[in-house]
Amino acid sequence: MSSESHALHGHDAHDDHDGAAEHGSLKSYMIGFVLSVILTAIPFWLVMSGAIADRQVTAIVIMIFAVVQIVVHMVYFLHMNAKSEGGWTMMALIFTIILVAIALTGSLWVMYHLNANMMPSHEMLNQLP
Amino acid sequence: MTTTLDTPGTARVYHLPEEHEHAEGSSTSLGFWLYLMSDCLIFAMLFGAYGVLGGNYAAGPSPKDLFDLPLVAVNTSMLLLSSITYGFAMLAMQKKLKGATLAWLAITGLFGLAFLSIEIYEFSHMIHEGATPQRSAFLSAFFTLVGTHGLHVTFGTLWLVTLMVQVGRFGLIAANRRRLMCLSMFWHFLDVIWIGVFTIVYLMGMLR
Repeated sequence: MSSESHALHGHDAHDDHDGAAEHGSLKSYMIGFVLSVILTAIPFWLVMSGAIADRQVTAIVIMIFAVVQIVVHMVYFLHMNAKSEGGWTMMALIFTIILVAIALTGSLWVMYHLNANMMPSHEMLNQLP
Repeated sequence: MTTTLDTPGTARVYHLPEEHEHAEGSSTSLGFWLYLMSDCLIFAMLFGAYGVLGGNYAAGPSPKDLFDLPLVAVNTSMLLLSSITYGFAMLAMQKKLKGATLAWLAITGLFGLAFLSIEIYEFSHMIHEGATPQRSAFLSAFFTLVGTHGLHVTFGTLWLVTLMVQVGRFGLIAANRRRLMCLSMFWHFLDVIWIGVFTIVYLMGMLR
């Protein structure tokens, strides 16, 4: 924020020096809200209308929308930045993302191959309706 | 850091002789953020379980038989609206407007209740159709994941009511502002988790 705009919008909490000023402004909340509505509406529309014929492509596209929307929420609603709490919130977030990525890709990868390699036996096939 | 001169006769000091002052609650928001990150790991494991088991219908109903996307869209908008109204409550809090803060918190709580009502309706409808958690691995994983999120929203709403009583009684004192800040993080975090739920469970379920 430039000093001019700060003088004009004195009520906005943009003082970077104030530790309690991590709440964002009306403008940032509204930007976040509008972006979230758009990023929610498009994936719902894509799936409900079947606009993209290929399901796999649709799945990848809605995943990308979800990731972008999570980032939007983090920035505009949770006010994440590299500086808050001396960088420790960002550090904890990065650590969590790494753990989540390892655990999720590991589980899905291992279990997918386990399923693929465990072909159903004759008795199991008989039990299927 | 302290440096202790190694003079004979004096005991060495291996700790800070006196801890420097921390303002009350100065570390709360970082601590609460760390709690949210651990909560994130819980949800990651539930998402992992759903990802592994989500296709095991045991000849029971599949997502296409059960999910009603327009209802999920309404539910999603309830949670999104509650997020922005909580943001307005925080803005009112910053301006020290007690009445406006309480009003926005009440609206947020109503949106939260609307979300929970729709979710309970959806669950009861599914259970009534025989799609209980015991029916298949897919449904066990579904109810665990979405139910855990719903429980978080339930406790968030209880916390919201508690804070409304606190603010009503004691006003926007520093302790209450800190608590509102923590609930703000919690509430927005639940919305972030819901993005994962509606994308991976509902939308991708319909694509299976």
